[in-house]
Amino acid sequence: MSSPAPAPAVPAASCPECEAAIRLDRHPLRGQVIRCTDCGVELEVTSLQPLVLELAPEVQEDWGE
Amino acid sequence: MRIALLYTRVRTEERMLADAFAARCVEVEMIDAREARFDLADAGRWREYDVVIDRCVSLTSALTNVRVLEHFGVRCVNSAGAIEVCSDKLRTTLALLRAGLPTPRTLVATAPEGALPAIEEIGYPAVLKPTVGSWGRLVSRVNDRDAAEAIVEHRDTLGSVQQHVYYVQEHVEKPGRDIRVFVVGGCAAAGITRSSAHWVTNTARGAVAEGLAIPDDLRRLCERSAAAVGADICAIDVLECPRRGYLINEINHSMEFRNSVATSGVDIPGLMVEHVVSIARSGAANATRHAGAVA
Repeated sequence: MSSPAPAPAVPAASCPECEAAIRLDRHPLRGQVIRCTDCGVELEVTSLQPLVLELAPEVQEDWGE
Repeated sequence: MRIALLYTRVRTEERMLADAFAARCVEVEMIDAREARFDLADAGRWREYDVVIDRCVSLTSALTNVRVLEHFGVRCVNSAGAIEVCSDKLRTTLALLRAGLPTPRTLVATAPEGALPAIEEIGYPAVLKPTVGSWGRLVSRVNDRDAAEAIVEHRDTLGSVQQHVYYVQEHVEKPGRDIRVFVVGGCAAAGITRSSAHWVTNTARGAVAEGLAIPDDLRRLCERSAAAVGADICAIDVLECPRRGYLINEINHSMEFRNSVATSGVDIPGLMVEHVVSIARSGAANATRHAGAVA
């Protein structure tokens, strides 16, 4: 009996602002917004393959709920 | 059955919705609204969707996209009509008043000559709000004539034309908190209280939330309020007035709920997804019946 395939590793990337390593706890969705735990800046996942993080767009005056 | 979720950013809420769809083995297409484009004369693939959930954090994007999709015959949650009413405090108040629902006393003026007397008529402290805006932005408590003159002058001079609508409300002496009720598919599903020493009790501005068992009278009031503005899904902000009881303050069409799930103990995204799926299924069933009739 063959061994089950290992789960794919959760991707990692670096913060474009402070270059801190960012390790996600699960696979992200494109467009997902996360916060760098080192410098606190908001980042957006702009690509999944490869994983790319960019500074998230700033809050606009028409944003809200 | 085809369902899409339009977003401008995938926040925790959109992630929770995606997870709720996955947990129910229902496929949802996550569409970045920033990349969407519409040929107004040709619906193309857009017509294939049974339901589109609008989760655009940008009001401008939400209204634009939903108006076009509805033109194509696509059912949207929330509808453009609901978004238009909920996103404009003046329209929200008018809808509530038409429905005979309690809301803070409000005066409106469109120039300083009317705004200052309106504030004086409401009495101090008064609350001045932009008609369009969220997260408590630019909401002012006006404590006296000096403050009124300053704020009105600033808005008249520095503000956009939108700031020239002076929406003046009575200040409600609430008990250090307000209430938020989440209505999904016409049912008041979850409730929280938000407490703060500051008079503005948005969690975006630091208020602390706790779960609320919704009393029956509040439940009915909120369900009627959601119906009055035409919202499938909304978060209703309620003030407790010592004299008049519950007052409907604002209604949010693209509600945030990330912290309210744990606080209320209610699977809000799950209920939202189930409501959307039921809409999609009835839409798909109607389309099948129609196709059968035509054949």
